[in-house]
Amino acid sequence: MTDAIFIAVSVLTVGSAILALEFKELIYGAIALAASLLGVAMFFVMLDASFVAMFQVTVYVGAVVVLVIFTIMLVRREAWLQVKDGSRKVLGAILGLSIILALGALYLQSGLSTLQTKENSISIKQLSEEMLTYYSPALIVVGLTLAGSVIGALILSKREKGEEE
Amino acid sequence: MNITEFVIISAILVGIGIYGLVVKRNFIKTLFSIEIIVNAANLNLIAFSKFNPITSSAGQITALFSIAIAAAEVAVGLALIILAYRLYNDVDVKEFRRLRG
Repeated sequence: MTDAIFIAVSVLTVGSAILALEFKELIYGAIALAASLLGVAMFFVMLDASFVAMFQVTVYVGAVVVLVIFTIMLVRREAWLQVKDGSRKVLGAILGLSIILALGALYLQSGLSTLQTKENSISIKQLSEEMLTYYSPALIVVGLTLAGSVIGALILSKREKGEEE
Repeated sequence: MNITEFVIISAILVGIGIYGLVVKRNFIKTLFSIEIIVNAANLNLIAFSKFNPITSSAGQITALFSIAIAAAEVAVGLALIILAYRLYNDVDVKEFRRLRG
């Protein structure tokens, strides 16, 4: 039963990641990307990391994909459609496949499969307590980074005075 | 369930992302590829935190920070797309020549 669910989620994640890159219409590509990110969130649930899965759904599917869709809508459709792929399609496919094969062979012959799951998983309570005590400086720095990047994005996309459309 | 399955899925996602970065010239598709690679890294972090012999929350907290940083990076990337479209009237990364040496 678990294996069937695992295979279904893997097919969803990998398939929609490929579709996200190959769709001509970028709106569909963004929706496929959202499906792929949801698949990764399901993997997180399988690995007993339900808080991270929730965070993934909120941040990626809720914020990032919506931002991407808004950006796609702000740019004319013809501008997206007239972009051609590079001439290195075969080279890119060979590079990606060789990375998959090399990493896969490395993982399969390493001793990773002997690792055992522990019985007691980390509770959300423990996670949030550590985040607010031991990791609180890092949390503050992440907050400042987010604020800085949002201010930077606003300044970048601000229209200069007197600039004509 | 075994950790090998999860790290192999993560390797496949990395391969897809590298393929997209090499082949695609559409600005937003390179952003999609970067997102896929970041997600593969997060999947690795969570898998190794689950199969760590010592019970520790470090892996999950690192993944949380990584997701937050990726969101910040996407915000800046999308602002760059809007800016580049206004400057060049195009979203093809080959057409952005001002920084080319």
